[in-house]
Order: sequence, then C-alpha cells, then structure tokens
Amino acid sequence: MPGQAAELVFDEATKQYSGTDGAAVDRLSLAVPAGEICVLVGPSGGGKTTALRLVNRLIELTSGDIRIDGKSIREQNLVQLRRGIGYVIQQVGLFPHMTIEANIGTVPRLYGRPRSWIHTRSQELLDLVGLDQSYGKRYPAQLSGGERQRVGLARALAGDPPLMLMDEPFGAIDPIVRARLQDEFLRLQQEVRKTVVFVTHDIDEAIRVGDRIAILRRGGQLAQYDTPKAILEQPADDFVAEFVGADRSLKALALRTLAELELGGPADGPRLPRTATLREALALLVEKRAHTLAVTDESGTVVGSVTREALLS
Amino acid sequence: MIVASGPVIPNFGQGSSCEVNNGWFCTEWVRAHWSDTLQPALIQHIELSAIAIGLGFAIAFALALAGFRFRVLDPPIGTVSDFLYTIPSLALFQLLVPITGISVTTVEIALVSYTLLILYRNMIEGLRGVPAEIVDVARGSGFTRMQTFIRVELPLALPAILAGLRIATVSTISIATVASFVIAKGLGSPIFVALEQDVFKTEIFTAGGMVVVLALVADGLLVLLQRALTPWARLARSA
Repeated sequence: MPGQAAELVFDEATKQYSGTDGAAVDRLSLAVPAGEICVLVGPSGGGKTTALRLVNRLIELTSGDIRIDGKSIREQNLVQLRRGIGYVIQQVGLFPHMTIEANIGTVPRLYGRPRSWIHTRSQELLDLVGLDQSYGKRYPAQLSGGERQRVGLARALAGDPPLMLMDEPFGAIDPIVRARLQDEFLRLQQEVRKTVVFVTHDIDEAIRVGDRIAILRRGGQLAQYDTPKAILEQPADDFVAEFVGADRSLKALALRTLAELELGGPADGPRLPRTATLREALALLVEKRAHTLAVTDESGTVVGSVTREALLS
Repeated sequence: MIVASGPVIPNFGQGSSCEVNNGWFCTEWVRAHWSDTLQPALIQHIELSAIAIGLGFAIAFALALAGFRFRVLDPPIGTVSDFLYTIPSLALFQLLVPITGISVTTVEIALVSYTLLILYRNMIEGLRGVPAEIVDVARGSGFTRMQTFIRVELPLALPAILAGLRIATVSTISIATVASFVIAKGLGSPIFVALEQDVFKTEIFTAGGMVVVLALVADGLLVLLQRALTPWARLARSA
C-alpha cells in the first residue's frame, strides 16, 4: 500500500456560529507532520468535533485557514477535497443497503474504479483490518459493533487518502473491544502511515494512540499541543493538569518501558519482560508486595533487576 | 344519478333453477358469463387501478422531492393531500362530473387523489428517516448532493415507499369499485347491475370476491418486489 501522507496545518482556524457569543473553535493553530496521529481531546464544548469537521468542510471556516500539504482547503473543489480525506465517525454510518464490499468500495466507486478493482481492494482491506474476506458479501446488520467499526476504517482507507479524520471512532464500543481496536489501529498505522486527526474525550485513549495531543478548552481554545509525555510531565497550566488527571504521573509511567531504565544486576523476584511498561512493573510490585523485580529478555532469561526506588525516580 | 348499464343481465327466464331462484352461488351462471361479463370487468378494473396508482405514484414522488428538498413546502402539500383524502368518494365523483363529465378522467382524478396522501406521507417519512450519520458520512466521503440522494437516501427510503405503495394499491383496487357510479367499467359494474336486478347474489359475490382476490394478489406481488429490491431490510429489522 502506498504510504503517502500529507502535512496538515491549522492556521488561526476559527468557527463562530451566527447568533452565538463565543467561538466554537477559536484561532486554532497547530501543525500535524505527515504520517503522525494528532489527537484532539478536551471537555465537551471544547470544539474538537467542530475542528475536525472544518477540515473536510462539513463545517465552513469563519476565518483563518487550514492547509493540506500547503494547499488551502478553501481553494479546493469540495467534492474532490472530501474524496481525498478518509472519514470515520463514532456511529460508523455504514450504508445498511450495501454489502460490506460495496461499503468499502464507496470512494473508489466515486472515482469510477471498475468492479473487479474494487473487489480486490476490499479483500485487501478486510485483511488489513483483521476481518475474514467472506465478510465482503454480508450486510452491516449482520456484523457486531466492533466489526462494523473495522469496516468503517477500511472504507475510509479504501481511496488511499493522505489524511484521515476520525471522530471518536471507538467511542461506542465496549472497553475490552475498544482496547483491542486501539492496538490494531496503531499496528495498522505502522503499515499505512497516514496523517490522522483523531477526536476523543478520553484522555487515556489520547495518550495511547496520539503521537501528539492537542488539548482544547471550552470555547475552542488550544490549551496545549505536545507529545503525550510532555503533556503528562509538564502540563502547561492548571486546566491541563486537571484534565489529564491527578494520576498523570502514573499515566506517564505507562509511556516508558523497562528497557529504557538502567537495570541493576540480576536478582530474585517477580519476573517481567523488559518490553513491559513502568506502570505494569509498578502494578506487579504492588500486587506481589515485592521490592525488586527480575527483568527478562525476549527469551525469558533474567538480564537484570529493578527496584521500587529506581522505578519511581 | 348516473345509471350504469351492464352488458349482461342475468337471464331469469332461461337460466338454471339456481339462477331463477337467486340462490347463494350459481356456478353455471359464473361459467356462462365469465367471458362476456366478469373477465372484461376484471381487465377494466386492473386498468383503472393501474393507471391511478401509476399516476398517483408519479405525482406523489414529484411532490415528495419538493417537500423533502424544501421543507416549507411540506405542510401545504400534506394538508392538501389530507383534505383530498377526507372527501367521500361518492361525493368526489359527483363533484367532478360537471367538470370532467361521465368519463374515465373523472374516475381517475378521484382515484389518484386518494393515493396521494398515503404515497406522499410514506415517501417523506422514508426520506426523513434516513439516519443523519449516514448522510453525514456520504457527504463527508465526497458524494455530491445528487449522489447522496440517488445512492443513499432514496434506497434507504425504499421500504417506507413500498409500504405506502402496498396500502395505496389495495385501497385503490377497493375504491375503484365505486367507479361504476360514474362509468360502466370495472368490477363495480356487475355489482351495480346485480343490485338493480333484485339483488342477484351470485353476481355480487363473484365480482366482490374478485375485487378481494385482485387486491390480495397485487399486494402479494408488491411484497415480492419489496423483497427483491430491499434484501437488506429484513436483516436490518432482525438485527
């Protein structure tokens, strides 16, 4: 699959609805490098979804600009612009009267691709999102919620767009399936390397999937835009600190693995592979009431140890 | 009152004893008059109904397009079709005679106006019932307004539209019987004639029964059409 991705720039992007006081999105400026996932997160009323929908012009900008690979969205043909942007929403919105294959083939069909091409492509994409190829002939009503959202993702990818917009894609899915879909989405992103704007209200999801996180406060203002690590370790202000939660230091532990620590010499104790996160290591120490953990390599051989103090320092 | 003149009046003088005694059901009479009375009436009935439903569907569809695209038009269109529907059919036929005469046109105008309410309301409800997120995805994926309508909104409204068509078809076939008060056409005509002839029971039962069977058959055919056109709809209901 061609790994093309576009750089996305919000430049003082503003949306003010007529008849309302404050802006929904207020002079939002940020740049998403090509191939990265930018998560828009914040409380309801923070304008995340509005900001997302400004990009494919389902909502039109009041002022400011948004550029995709340097080209203003205002100057592009509306229909062409949208066909070049993958779009995934929480309610999925599969077309119930079309088979899964036809759903996935939505954008290619708009481009006039032949039926055989669409068939091959949808089989490829079913593979990619981890669904059996036999699903192509089914209708959306025959799929579970998680399966539908995978198809939603496949549909958005079918036109090989350089940019994807995802509006709370896993918001309506139960927690266990959600965690799996997040993992698979990240694995998928390793393969396709799209530029992604991902909206969520869940800070844990933001930390988990985002290369960068933009935290929006009520009134559509950008509170902080940075990597998950920087936001957890150095929140820009009280609002951000409160939003990421009092357990932000715990969350920060989840971003680092044991392999990043300087380990002590091999020792006895509960074992963990060095690919485990510091948060998992802490959880194990607490659970086993232990002081020291034995760290193993991929083959299970103990290669070192880590103490509670080292973990928390 | 306009009196329809049926082509055949039961022949009491030479008929079987069943006919002479006006029994409940005389098979001989039905056999003898199938080709000169009942079959032509059936064909006329189908013609009257089919034209009314076809025209009604076309007009209702045009109105529904207007009412769906421009919401302000919906209340007036709805009110007018409501009003038409409430006029008793006998009264409407009589009202139209001075204008369009004793003609098929009179009958069709009345029949068409009765289909409008059911067809229009179902079309509008069907189109409005398309979930907002599905239209959102269609627009967001780069469908033009026209493509959204043809490929998404219309197919998804189809179950409601076809449900309306079924009701309109059955009721038109039934109401078309009353057309015989204006013209001697359709299955109402033999019934009308039999009522004039000392209530000849066999003819009333046979023609009346044919109306019922015709309505059921038409409804059955439309169910088959519904299944063929919307294979997904039954899945969606059971899910």
